Amino acid sequence: MEVTLRLALGPLLYYWSREDTLAFYAAAAGWPVGIVYLGESVCSRRSLLRLPDWLGLAERLAVAGKTPVLSTQTLIESESDLKTLRRLVRDGRFLVEANDWGAVRLLAEMGAPFVAGPTLNVYSPDTLAILQGLGACRWVPPVEMPGAMLAAMQIPAGLETEVFAYGRLPLAYSARCFTARHYNLQKDDCQFRCLDHPDGLLLNTREGHPFLAINGIQIQSAQVLSLAHRLPELVASGVEVLRLSPQHRHMDRVVQLFHALLQGALAPAQAPERLRALMPGAPCDGYWLGEAGMAYRQHLGQHLGARLPP
Amino acid sequence: MPQIELICPAGTLPALKAAVDHGADGVYLGLRDNTNARNFAGLNFDERGLCDGLSYAHRKGAKVLLALNTYPQPATLKRWHRALDTAAGIGVDAVILADAGLMAYAVRTHPALRLHLSVQTSATNYEAVNFYRERFGIQRAVLPRVLSLAQVEALMGHTEVEIELFGFGGLCVMVEGRCLLSSYACGDSPNTFGACSPGHAVRWVETPRGMETRLNGVLIDCYTPHEKAGYPTLCKGRFQVGGDTYYALEEPTSLNTLALLPEMARMGIAAIKIEGRQRSPAYVAQVTRVWRMAIDAVKRDPAAFRPAPTWTAALDTVSEGKMHTLGAYNRPWK
Repeated sequence: MEVTLRLALGPLLYYWSREDTLAFYAAAAGWPVGIVYLGESVCSRRSLLRLPDWLGLAERLAVAGKTPVLSTQTLIESESDLKTLRRLVRDGRFLVEANDWGAVRLLAEMGAPFVAGPTLNVYSPDTLAILQGLGACRWVPPVEMPGAMLAAMQIPAGLETEVFAYGRLPLAYSARCFTARHYNLQKDDCQFRCLDHPDGLLLNTREGHPFLAINGIQIQSAQVLSLAHRLPELVASGVEVLRLSPQHRHMDRVVQLFHALLQGALAPAQAPERLRALMPGAPCDGYWLGEAGMAYRQHLGQHLGARLPP
Repeated sequence: MPQIELICPAGTLPALKAAVDHGADGVYLGLRDNTNARNFAGLNFDERGLCDGLSYAHRKGAKVLLALNTYPQPATLKRWHRALDTAAGIGVDAVILADAGLMAYAVRTHPALRLHLSVQTSATNYEAVNFYRERFGIQRAVLPRVLSLAQVEALMGHTEVEIELFGFGGLCVMVEGRCLLSSYACGDSPNTFGACSPGHAVRWVETPRGMETRLNGVLIDCYTPHEKAGYPTLCKGRFQVGGDTYYALEEPTSLNTLALLPEMARMGIAAIKIEGRQRSPAYVAQVTRVWRMAIDAVKRDPAAFRPAPTWTAALDTVSEGKMHTLGAYNRPWK
């Protein structure tokens, strides 16, 4: 089966060293992804790459034939956060992913097309239509949206749907930094300990079961979402872009695997076993089935039933 | 200076009456389904109850705000529309909304209805608040409990929208509306289902190690016989991180901002919201009574305002976890 889905590399949610980050995007320029999201979307204190650095990366990736998208910060609290946001929006050369409605306001004012990010909380067709009216050309549903709900969304023509399809799930944001808390540091003197945890800092239950991952002010799932084996269902739900969220190791091979899947060179049913060796944790896919996000059911196609292509 | 309104929780008709009788300027409530963020069994109002509550409150000069602050979904969109029609028909004083599509419906269908921006909208900056003002004419915004008072004041300098702050009760450490921890563990999130760590997923298990609390099987905490077992709200459990076992996300504290009241009054905060629609009428009565006295005292003489020890003691008897924090308003962890 060959499908016309495209691959996107989601924004880097972690804080990696400058060298690692630059090397990652230099490599990504040669990967089979059409879209690359760039920028710091989690924490305003992370500054090893600043906006000019991200813009430079965007230029280089554009030359390599990618469509760069600049992701805005998700939690925008201070005037300084807003200044960064305005500079990013007003650069105007690249598509922007709005991860806060304040960003939507600025982008709509400029008349610039944008990607409506997963934290805008779009669960309703009416809200989606409003965003398209304001200039959204693509949207990313909340990561908790079940496939059946997505299939019922009445997506307006001309609006692309991108689904978070691989990686630790971004679940929650706070003004508090949980990494700093772990090290008994003040947030303003966090010593950038996120650098030591390139896939997040694992949070286990008291039984030692991996549950969540701490990534500064963001909480992620410990388990790694993978929808590779659900490709037919994704297609049937109208998904056009798959977001692969960067993890620290083996991302090249993860991208290659998804690419092979889209090319029909790898059967969806074979994907889980191949992916497992590349993932920083156990898999999950419960959200897509309308269950607990941490659940993992390898069975296919139940909720969409007859809607699946033959 | 204009007086701060006291907005109190009404999970039931007796709680509504307790709030109104003890001096609330307004109550907020929800319907008996997932159209509001306290979708708990035995809580909330049907249409008849809503009418009774509304007439009771209005007779005593208190406002009624209806929370329709979850996110409407495609298969059940009409449920939110019907709820909004009901609210407008009955004559509630305002609706508290989170979803832009629902605001558009309200403006189109009931243009005279007053709109408040729910805390679930996650509006933490004035660009976001002003977006909803321009597009839908919202009159008031309830801000997430993640901003410092200085940040709140800076935000207020750039908007004409009235600001309502949480003053007392349970405390979300995550940005409201941007927390999916509950659905990750058990399938139901505040955004779509209207509850965090819902009762149907909770198990209390007596074991030789102590009382375990579990959410859909996930161990949230384990209490020795000397410890008081708390409700397994996901972010308030003890977990293991890097070899340490501790409250990795948040201590089981509750918010109490009595001490900040003069500052909030000086800033021109329009209203203080008391959390706790899931709490008893006795809780609502106690907390409303104390906050009424405090707000009146600030109005009389802000410079001389000190939280009376009797007030704090009264609030301590009803708060969860018996520990208080000023929350993000003043940031000890910053």
